[in-house]
Amino acid sequence: MKSFNYHAPKDVKDASKLASSNSAFLAGGMTTIPSLKLGLATYKDIIDIKNIKKLSGIKVSGKSVTIGATTKHAEVASSKEVQKAIPALVKLAGNIGDAQVRNRGTIGGSISNNDPSACYPSACMALNAVIHTNSRKIPAAKFFTGMFETALKKGELVEAVEFQVPEKADYQKHPNPASRYAIIGVFVAKHKKEVNVAVTGAKSCVYIDKDLSKKLSSSFSSSAIEGMKVDDSEMNSDMHASSEYRANLVSLYAKKAVEAC
Amino acid sequence: MTKVTLEVNGKKVSKEVPDHTLLSVFLRDNLNLTGTHVGCDTSQCGACVVHVNGKSIKSCSTLAADIDGSKVTTIEGLAKDGKLHPMQAAFKKTHGLQCGFCTPGMVMSAVDLLQTKKNPSDKEIREWLEGNICRCTGYQNIVAAVKEAATKM
Repeated sequence: MKSFNYHAPKDVKDASKLASSNSAFLAGGMTTIPSLKLGLATYKDIIDIKNIKKLSGIKVSGKSVTIGATTKHAEVASSKEVQKAIPALVKLAGNIGDAQVRNRGTIGGSISNNDPSACYPSACMALNAVIHTNSRKIPAAKFFTGMFETALKKGELVEAVEFQVPEKADYQKHPNPASRYAIIGVFVAKHKKEVNVAVTGAKSCVYIDKDLSKKLSSSFSSSAIEGMKVDDSEMNSDMHASSEYRANLVSLYAKKAVEAC
Repeated sequence: MTKVTLEVNGKKVSKEVPDHTLLSVFLRDNLNLTGTHVGCDTSQCGACVVHVNGKSIKSCSTLAADIDGSKVTTIEGLAKDGKLHPMQAAFKKTHGLQCGFCTPGMVMSAVDLLQTKKNPSDKEIREWLEGNICRCTGYQNIVAAVKEAATKM
């Protein structure tokens, strides 16, 4: 691993000041450190944000669940409050990676990295999340802009993610057996007025399947989407799953999620 | 360079190391605690698992500087007064190892599991050990070891 300068600022302002085009924020490091070790990324400065107290913690109100950026997956997975408000989120967090990854990995890191196969982005999309940064609030639909790309600007730091509490929700994942990343992950959320079906792992970036969402918005039952064909033209195809297979899984897992709601 | 102070297996240590020093490197190269193994180096195999403030983590994906001030337990810190930890004894009794390369990580992971769940089911043990890869045993005896240890811990 190439050398870098390690910084551990105590507040967001200092963290932001240290940021440059040659730096990276470090949260759990479950992606950043392996990337550095493999030489996929090099930085002059690594800015560890875990000492910034206000970035960690879970707040639940009647309508929303707000999770601080450096809150670990294991904390979300074991939160009784989140379990009560959005059990699907607890399920999602408890199935990310493995136990040791969940003891380090964070929600802010996951969404800032925006891996096309990461689990959390699908929850953000389906649960109409608002991403709070140190300078603005970004709706999830505008936050995830492409493969490993987000709307974050240089020095902009995710502080928290605010999820809307749905009436019902479920997350179904077909994990890669080695990495536990989603070959396909489908997050279905039924809100008062609409149903969102968010898909991860299928394309270069998380997205809302409009057809499935529309069908379920008019009738929230698995029979409404039974056997529905999903277009595979933009879907990933690799050694783990062909695009056709992925498309079939999206339909199947959406149905499974509705049934589990 | 950065000064890293840790309590490792109950002993306070302080070393000046390059900022990018991994915890696995700090333990192995600076403290000569070579029981913590480095297998895949890509955070998947779990041979490097140690406890930081009581929780199992992968030391090959953690910066030493990042956990400055923490308490670390490695495989060397489990046995007390020359007596194997119940988990180590259970691995020995049930033949939960062959070559032994993955064993330190397996043991550290499994100890963490039993801290949070006293009597895990086979399924829970297998799920928890998702992040530990073994090339030899086919896992059956490892699961048996964790079950055996659960009756002793």
